[in-house]
Amino acid sequence: MKVSAIITLKKDVLDPQGKVIHQTLDGMGFKNIDEVRQGKYFEIDVKENDPSKAKVIVEDMCKKLLANLVIENYKIIETQ
Amino acid sequence: MKSSVITFPGSNCDRDMDVALKKFGFNNKMVWHNDNELPKSDLVVLPGGFSYGDYLRCGSVASKSKIMNSVINFANSGGLVMGICNGFQILVETGLVPGVLLRNKYLEFICKNVFVKVDNKDNPYFKHLDKEILELHVAHNEGNYFCTDDQLKEIEDNSQIAIYYSNENGQTDEIDNPNGSTKNIAGIFNKRKNVLGMMPHPERMIDKYLSGDDGSLFFKNLIKNIK
Repeated sequence: MKVSAIITLKKDVLDPQGKVIHQTLDGMGFKNIDEVRQGKYFEIDVKENDPSKAKVIVEDMCKKLLANLVIENYKIIETQ
Repeated sequence: MKSSVITFPGSNCDRDMDVALKKFGFNNKMVWHNDNELPKSDLVVLPGGFSYGDYLRCGSVASKSKIMNSVINFANSGGLVMGICNGFQILVETGLVPGVLLRNKYLEFICKNVFVKVDNKDNPYFKHLDKEILELHVAHNEGNYFCTDDQLKEIEDNSQIAIYYSNENGQTDEIDNPNGSTKNIAGIFNKRKNVLGMMPHPERMIDKYLSGDDGSLFFKNLIKNIK
């Protein structure tokens, strides 16, 4: 079963890459942006057919490796 | 005095560190990341480099490698563990020292000499060092030290800040901060002060004709403190 997780920077953490992307988009004419924050997306194929169990496994992965909880939040976004 | 330098796939300052440690009297062993046991050591060094190609987050994969279980146990039992540059990034990922190292504020790789001010000499690394301001070398892309406000209060209350980026007179203004680090922090300790993580490379400053000699002062003093 595939489980996806999104890792985002916490609100107070500086994201210079997001800033550069914002400025570039702005320069391209996208004037209606307040802020851009860059994150990471993982798609993990877990050997588990029960969706709730698969979610728990990926959540554990997020806590232990995929995210650094000092600066990042994680969100399990979908299972299929 | 026995030391161990851990080599991870992608470490590239491990042999420089070996040269430096031996030059100042350590009996140094190189230890492979996939080993389980640390040799008997008075000091363990996590060297600089780009372990695992900086995949995921710098140091995150190396922090989970086999040898790190022994390193963490060694540190928790009071052993001296020093992480330089990528080694510092590995240390924060293990949680042995607080905070994280973010991408440099101005998104550029920094490779230059900097001055650092030694803030705290009540520890095995800087005790008896007869200089407060050292000229050392930095080379990194992710050296921007960050921690939460609560963590900052805690590390300040426990005097865990080891060195600050400064100018040659020891002033720590924003202009002397190469990478955007919180409070110009260049290196920190754990609570017990047996674990030190720092971005600057003392092993690159051990020859007065090639680079500078402030790294020599650091290592000479370190081995004296350990003896």
